[in-house]
Amino acid sequence: MIDVCIIGGGAAGMSAALGALENGAQKVMIIEKDKELGGILNQCIHNGFGMHYFKEELTGPGFAEKLQEKLKNYDLDIKLDTMCVKITPDKEVHYINGNEGYQVIKAKSIVLATGCRERTRYQIDIPGKRLAGIVTAGLAQRYLNMDGYLIGKKVFILGSGDIGLIMARRLSLEGAEVLGVAELMPYSNGLKRNIVQCLIDFNIPLYLSHTVVDVKGNGRLEQVTIAQVDEKFQPIPGTEKVFDVDTLLLSVGLIPEIKLLTDQKVQLNPYTKGIKVLDTFETSIPGIFACGNALHVHDLVDYVSLESYDAGKHAAKYSNDNSPVVEVVPKNNVRYVVPNQVKLNNDEEVMFKYRVTKPIDKGTLVIKQGDKVIKEMKKFFLLPSEMETITLSKSVFTDTDNITFEVRIDE
Amino acid sequence: MNRLDTICTICPRGCRLTVTKENDQYNVQGNFCKRGVDYGIKEITRPVRKLTSTVKIKGAMYSRLPVYTDNELPKEMLFDVMKALENVEVNAPVKAGDVIVANVLNTNVNIISSRTMNNIE
Ligand SMILES: Cc1cc2nc3c(=O)[nH]c(=O)nc-3n(C[C@H](O)[C@H](O)[C@H](O)COP(=O)(O)OP(=O)(O)OC[C@H]3O[C@@H](n4cnc5c(N)ncnc54)[C@H](O)[C@@H]3O)c2cc1C
Ligand code: SF4
Repeated sequence: MIDVCIIGGGAAGMSAALGALENGAQKVMIIEKDKELGGILNQCIHNGFGMHYFKEELTGPGFAEKLQEKLKNYDLDIKLDTMCVKITPDKEVHYINGNEGYQVIKAKSIVLATGCRERTRYQIDIPGKRLAGIVTAGLAQRYLNMDGYLIGKKVFILGSGDIGLIMARRLSLEGAEVLGVAELMPYSNGLKRNIVQCLIDFNIPLYLSHTVVDVKGNGRLEQVTIAQVDEKFQPIPGTEKVFDVDTLLLSVGLIPEIKLLTDQKVQLNPYTKGIKVLDTFETSIPGIFACGNALHVHDLVDYVSLESYDAGKHAAKYSNDNSPVVEVVPKNNVRYVVPNQVKLNNDEEVMFKYRVTKPIDKGTLVIKQGDKVIKEMKKFFLLPSEMETITLSKSVFTDTDNITFEVRIDE
Repeated sequence: MNRLDTICTICPRGCRLTVTKENDQYNVQGNFCKRGVDYGIKEITRPVRKLTSTVKIKGAMYSRLPVYTDNELPKEMLFDVMKALENVEVNAPVKAGDVIVANVLNTNVNIISSRTMNNIE
């Protein structure tokens, strides 16, 4: 019998393994479908990782290697080239690989750390023909940075999140011409540093409040048309601009990869579209935990590692504890809060992570339980793209009403 | 350069800056605080950047080895350094932190391996 079985060997899976091993789990297994550990980090060759967790600036592969070094101090079972195809409420894990075929093992607890997947053309309804040369940004990143294939020579990018911006710079440095980046929203979701160092440095125009309205070509993409959108995100006729390109990169969002759990009818969080978890990262299925990008999309791998370490720790300590559980609900100007529920079982601290719904220059975060105000805190320059955190002791929550998070806008 | 439109990256406020040069005097506009002035002047006079890229590797699990600069390069040299890396080819095994190119183009900056890659042949 395995104590903790972890599905996915990215930053989340490796950190969860550390959390489990350092907190009493004896037999830990990681199941990873790729041929090495590291997950998405292996293709994120840029720097900007690790400032919080390792207190030094690292590249993605550098961060992954540091986690692997830590794991080398322990005895654990790492199954590479192995796909997990099913997990069950009684904590069976079904996996397949070339050596062992189809296997079923039993674990005392399971941690889902399967990361996220990219939204594709069909999830955002780009009209036009089916053409080669329309690719998600993360896939293009993997081809370029790991396999050495440049995806195209004349590129347009839809979506100004950090992945799109970083790819704009990478492709420019590798000799491709990036003709522009279009963003549906009136502001960019990328870090300011990336706007400067990935777009302005390379004279790449950013078209805010624009989207792709047509793609043309013959087999391969030849032309992209963008147009400005109104407040309802509808294209405004007469504002079209045409670009002759061979590639359209899509950087239009990430979706948690949670099929293994939705197959088991796990409860979902309507705000993140991810899994609903307690503050211990336990899902609605007892003994099954979730963390990392599989739980909600993170901007910083450092937070993935911190959170996943905790998930691993709780998975190791898993027991059928019946303390009261209260809901955590986002209210005015708050898009979502994680965790969605808190188990009021002790005096430990809990770190809440939340995002606002729109840019707010000046406001007050108000946390209540029922009608009782638990905490008020002034906030400046809040952005939807930047995750905020606040850590509270569980002892401040004294009854079983819902906890609410809102941001009041101050003049 | 006599004019630069950019964004201050010192704090999340992200002021839009216009830096202009007149009679050897730099003038920064759009900054909310004083730190934006120093940032703007540095960006127009001697901007520097870190660079990450890949080089060819033989005998490893993948055909590219990710690398980074151990210090900042003058911004205008980014493409020259990319060109210099084009013909670099290493053989596995390589360790994280290995110097792949020392003192690239006499900049006093080294090109360092981001990760370990074992020989799989
Ligand atoms: C393109 C990009 C750029 C980023 N840039 C930065 C940055 O500059 N700085 C920063 O701090 N953070 C950055 N991030 C965020 C950070 O890297 C990620 O949030 C973090 O690495 C996610 O870790 P994870 O383990 O949750 O997911 P992943 O790394 O995706 O790991 C999930 C793993 O699970 C495996 N898996 C999935 N399903 C199965 C299955 N059924 N069976 C077996 N294995 C499975 C996958 O193969 C994968 O290895 C970036 C993210 C992306 C996508
Ligand atoms: S000028 Fe000052 S306030 Fe504005 S972004 Fe720079 S540091 Fe922040």
